[in-house]
Amino acid sequence: MKRIYMDYSATTPVKQEVLEAMLPYFTEHFGNASSIHGYGQDAKRALEASRAIVAGTIGAPADTFYFTGGGSESDNWALKGVMKANTAKGNHLITCKIEHHGILHTCETLEKEGFEVTYLDVDSEGMVSLEALEAAIKPSTVMISIMFINNEIGTMQPIAEIGKIARKHGVIFHTDAVQAFGNVKIDVDELNVDLMSFSAHKIYGPKGIGGLYIRKGIKIQNLIEGGAQERKRRAGTENIPGIVGFAKAAEIANENLDAHIEKLTYLRDRLVKGILESIEYSKYNGHPTLRHPGNVNVCFEFIEGEALLLSLNAKGIAGSSGSACTSGSLDPSHVLMSIGLPHEIAHGSLRLSLGDFNSEEEVDYAVESLVEIVHKLRMMSPLYDKVKGGK
Amino acid sequence: MYTDKVMDHFMNPRNVGEIENADGIGEVGNIKCGDIMRIYIKVEDNVIADIKFKTFGCGSAIAASSVATEIIMGKTVEDALKVTNKQVIDALGGLPPVKIHCSVLAEQALKAAIYDYATKNNLEFEGLKGYNPVQDHDHHDVVDIEF
Repeated sequence: MKRIYMDYSATTPVKQEVLEAMLPYFTEHFGNASSIHGYGQDAKRALEASRAIVAGTIGAPADTFYFTGGGSESDNWALKGVMKANTAKGNHLITCKIEHHGILHTCETLEKEGFEVTYLDVDSEGMVSLEALEAAIKPSTVMISIMFINNEIGTMQPIAEIGKIARKHGVIFHTDAVQAFGNVKIDVDELNVDLMSFSAHKIYGPKGIGGLYIRKGIKIQNLIEGGAQERKRRAGTENIPGIVGFAKAAEIANENLDAHIEKLTYLRDRLVKGILESIEYSKYNGHPTLRHPGNVNVCFEFIEGEALLLSLNAKGIAGSSGSACTSGSLDPSHVLMSIGLPHEIAHGSLRLSLGDFNSEEEVDYAVESLVEIVHKLRMMSPLYDKVKGGK
Repeated sequence: MYTDKVMDHFMNPRNVGEIENADGIGEVGNIKCGDIMRIYIKVEDNVIADIKFKTFGCGSAIAASSVATEIIMGKTVEDALKVTNKQVIDALGGLPPVKIHCSVLAEQALKAAIYDYATKNNLEFEGLKGYNPVQDHDHHDVVDIEF
């Protein structure tokens, strides 16, 4: 059976060119970038060239970009590092309720350590209110952290406007751009961002490598202590193959950004239209236009998400769901709850996230399959007959 | 994650549907928790002559409903009341720990259907002694696993 991958927001395959760029750094150029000899210097050159490439894609000077072990580390570092380094200014952090757990769980830890966190609500489309954000700022506010694009519902926040508000009040602004990078044009100056988190495996790069942009002049404590790597800010022997792969993936993403956005937007809209037109009692989640070009998040009433995923998988289609049964907890996803969906509707959520290797035929096949699966599951559902039969 | 038996019962569920003029109907579960199971039974000469189900829930909830109907079909009412969630799990070749509650739900739905049958017909069954149909739906306490 042909398999169709529609879970690019979970992770992406490494592109062939990316893999080829990485391979020599496992074998031939295996040196430790801290070593003085030729092997080390080869590694060091690759490291700095990669840094310049990645930083260049976001309009940042090379020496403001730090490689990390991934998006979660970057989020942890940004929040813990900035809050702990700026206690002279205050102890208050503002974020929102639909952040990735890399942010939310870090905030919870900070709260246990005595920091104060405000979690802003979002509206039914997942948008943060700029008025509420500004109103939440107080003299003790050190930092605002609002994600660029939500990983579940794809909603894109007005990052430049949030940055402007942060600037106006002298507050440091961090954004988790893990889902945004490679899917929207990013310029850290135009967006008024002070710190930004990145991950390579969401942009057809390898897993286990990410980055944090830190604007010059921002006070931040180290998270990982040890050696003097990353200009003494992030210890640990550099993952050169990963870094080279990250740079190659960023370069490709940047070069093809417009075409990538155009293609995904077309496929996404076709998929959404197909679903909404052919399946009744379905609801499209997230913002209608300000969203990730490849993100489709839909709720199908009267059925449960895990059953939907298993059925899709049986047809070769890989997706994900925010239902409780797939999250390992009893509640549906915090994101779906925060946009105000009732439990019973959130249980029937499906996320299909499209990427570079999807085609129109795959999208049409997904719609066809969904029509069949949703019908089958609804025929089994005691909730559906109450609606249909009035029984 | 799931055994082949679970997948088979999920993909090709047995006895899905409704029974018109059923002798007993039992519905358990909670929409908030994401699973509701409804079982219909037809009783002839004290034997479960027909049984059907409708379930809103995850793959294992549907599979547990399906396999439970297979186990129960043809049993006397007394014997049907002795069916445990353990038998449902065994018939499915096992369930992941977080999904054990689905098997409990199947056992509860059957009990509820038989209770309905007993109430309508003024019958008493040993297996229903102490059964409280309005008991709190609390199946999630069966296991509490942190990921």
